[in-house]
Amino acid sequence: MTMELSRHWRLNAQRYALGGVECDGCGARYFPPRAVCPRCGSRSLHQARFIGNGLGQVYSYSLVHEAPVGYGDHAPYPVALVKLDDGPVVTAQLTDVDPADVQIGMRVEMVTRRIKEDGDKGLIAYGYKFRPMLDPRRVEVPA
Amino acid sequence: MREVCVLGIGQVPVQELWDKSLRELAVASIVAALEDAGQPAVEALYVGNMLGGELTGQAHLGALVADFAGLAGIEALRVEAAGASGGLAFRLGYLAVASGVHDIVLVTGVEKMTERLDPEVTAALALAHDGDFETFPGATPAALAAMIMQRYIHEYGVARGDFAIFPLTSHQNAVHNPYAMYRKALTREFYDKAEMTAAPLNILDCSPTCDGAASVVLAPAQVARDLGRPVVRVSGSGVATDTIALHDRADPLWLAAAARSAALAYQQAGKDPAEIDFFELYDDFSIMAVLALEACGFAARGQGVRFAHEAGIGLDGRLPICTMGGLKGRGNPDGATGVYQIVDVVNQLRGTAGANQLDCRVGMAQAIGGSGATVVTHILEVEK
Repeated sequence: MTMELSRHWRLNAQRYALGGVECDGCGARYFPPRAVCPRCGSRSLHQARFIGNGLGQVYSYSLVHEAPVGYGDHAPYPVALVKLDDGPVVTAQLTDVDPADVQIGMRVEMVTRRIKEDGDKGLIAYGYKFRPMLDPRRVEVPA
Repeated sequence: MREVCVLGIGQVPVQELWDKSLRELAVASIVAALEDAGQPAVEALYVGNMLGGELTGQAHLGALVADFAGLAGIEALRVEAAGASGGLAFRLGYLAVASGVHDIVLVTGVEKMTERLDPEVTAALALAHDGDFETFPGATPAALAAMIMQRYIHEYGVARGDFAIFPLTSHQNAVHNPYAMYRKALTREFYDKAEMTAAPLNILDCSPTCDGAASVVLAPAQVARDLGRPVVRVSGSGVATDTIALHDRADPLWLAAAARSAALAYQQAGKDPAEIDFFELYDDFSIMAVLALEACGFAARGQGVRFAHEAGIGLDGRLPICTMGGLKGRGNPDGATGVYQIVDVVNQLRGTAGANQLDCRVGMAQAIGGSGATVVTHILEVEK
């Protein structure tokens, strides 16, 4: 069991809100944040606390059968490279989807989910996953 | 810079070696390499290793291995760049001799992976990637390669089964290598029925975890000439890096660091791809072999699989690859692999490759760390 409390805490903005940065020099957007822009060399980047609205599309995907320690309960699980509408590409699990239905180009949206359990007594870490974008016409809005 | 040659080689058979410790494996390969080199006085030892700390609970391998090889006192250190660790250790050894700082340098690659269960080994190998933003979300090394493969299939319309030529070739070449883990040929039928590791990648697209160690002795080329020994010269050496995370690449289907490190090696050696007689490439996953062929100028973009089928990558093909079994057939003891690749090149150039012997003069080896984040390329030539 490893606690790593500060590590999880430090990444809250990324894990729960896809917090990235935008370069003041060239406008490039990065997730996760960087101190130096690899494109223009600028050291001036400002926080873009919510990179977009968490919408994107699947650039590629896989179905993980051989899972590492802490992930076995979910296997097999789909992972994807998700190209966010706001630019950066994010590596994340897909959720609420039949793996057979996953396709390149599929529209997805970010949700917060349980990612990893550290044994029976350890920390449960949460973070972003992506699910197929809900059709807004089918969402019931309470009166 | 001085001309540098490989004066001696040594390796232990790649296996699940339950009865051997990390230090015993390293020392066995060193003893063999020094014997092959004629017992020169070693001035420095560079140890390529990725997971000594994580899987065997042992760090500080420079001092440990030097000590147990009877070399305590010399300069010794460990080099880590994931799967490129062994290749990078060789690069440092080359630089040390080329620069004139040392005359005789020993380069050892060693990895001991079978102390732990598979999920722990998978988690350890994932250390090669971006821990917070690839590994934590749940992408394994195989899944990252699988996502490259999936997109490659999508972009270029290649059939999944057409990738089979890579593991089939490596296994075929491993049959006659006494140091290989799997000395058994594969059939296409077997490949088609193999279980998925991370779809669309199946278990036969993935190199196996195992234990192993290989060592080489580097010296000024003049030493080999004076001794009247085969002169296998290091004529090109290049290292390059790329983004650690696959998702940060402008084009995830292009191994920019492989292209760059190969270009550096070609330039130094004064060679172009057509002059390379064989290529010990890094087939940790079948798709990586394809991308390496493209990045190093052997096949056009999107044509790597077609090149393998049409030009040929077997021992009688236009570009033989993985001539002693590669990572798939010999096994992939991670940090040791880059040194095994050099041993394979030297055996081919010396004419000591046994049943797999090629008619050759120039060979290339390339080791890759992570999803192509560190790539080390070497070109070796034999003076005839």
